[in-house]
Amino acid sequence: MIPFLFFVAAAATLAGGLGVVLARNPVHSALFLVMTLVSVAVLFLIQDAELVAAVQVIVYASAIVVLFLFVIMLLGVDRQESMRDRIPYQRPAAIALGVILLAQLLWLAGHEWVTGQETASGVPIEGGGFGGNVERVARVLFTDYMWAFEITAVLLVIAVVGAVVLARRSGQKGEPVDDVDEAATEGVDA
Amino acid sequence: MTLAALEITPSYYLVLAAMLFTIGSVGVLTRRNVLVMFMCVELMLNAVNLSFVAFAKALDDITGQVIVFFVLVVAAAEVAVGLAIIVAIFRRRRHATADDLQALRG
Repeated sequence: MIPFLFFVAAAATLAGGLGVVLARNPVHSALFLVMTLVSVAVLFLIQDAELVAAVQVIVYASAIVVLFLFVIMLLGVDRQESMRDRIPYQRPAAIALGVILLAQLLWLAGHEWVTGQETASGVPIEGGGFGGNVERVARVLFTDYMWAFEITAVLLVIAVVGAVVLARRSGQKGEPVDDVDEAATEGVDA
Repeated sequence: MTLAALEITPSYYLVLAAMLFTIGSVGVLTRRNVLVMFMCVELMLNAVNLSFVAFAKALDDITGQVIVFFVLVVAAAEVAVGLAIIVAIFRRRRHATADDLQALRG
């Protein structure tokens, strides 16, 4: 059962990833991204990471992708991007670099990583009387990583403030500059 | 050897994560649409998350799963700020390709 699930989820993950890159329409890219994220959540589940899988679906596949789709709908990004390379041979070079990167990563992945040492946190994946997956994650998160956890709260506040400041209309009332800009650009397009 | 008898070792997950990371990085390098470039960054972050969980399973330590939460928080913050930047750019000009953003001045 586990090998079957792994290969189905792995195929869906890679197909979704390729779809994100190859789809011409950004909305299709976002939907392929959902496919990849849910497949990765399945892969988390079969590795005994139940809480992470749930958070993956709730935060990534729902919140972040909805944010993407919202921006796509809000801005109407439906124009085709030009296939002309501004930098000469950018696409072939990118694909060649990708092949090199893949070779390096596969070389690393082929190595033996399991050292058999004692666990760093002392909390194993299962067994040892630490309760369920959520309790285990919470035990480490709220003891060893308490300081980092507090820092993430600060990071989120900074991100929210930054997003509000950036999305706020910066000009004075009336926004004459933007209207002129849009009208001029549309005229050029037509 | 049948499929059911095959044992899925951590290397399988690492190879899958390597492929996913490569797809994401090639996407960032080739695509021009800034929104799609952001999605490719998400793909790369997911590949790293996958390898974190695989290592947590391989080393039998829950810490790998805890780190995934921090990656999630950083990804959420990145998307919020990045999309706000894109909206701000769109308000100035009606394009969202990376080629249009050569100058830092609005």
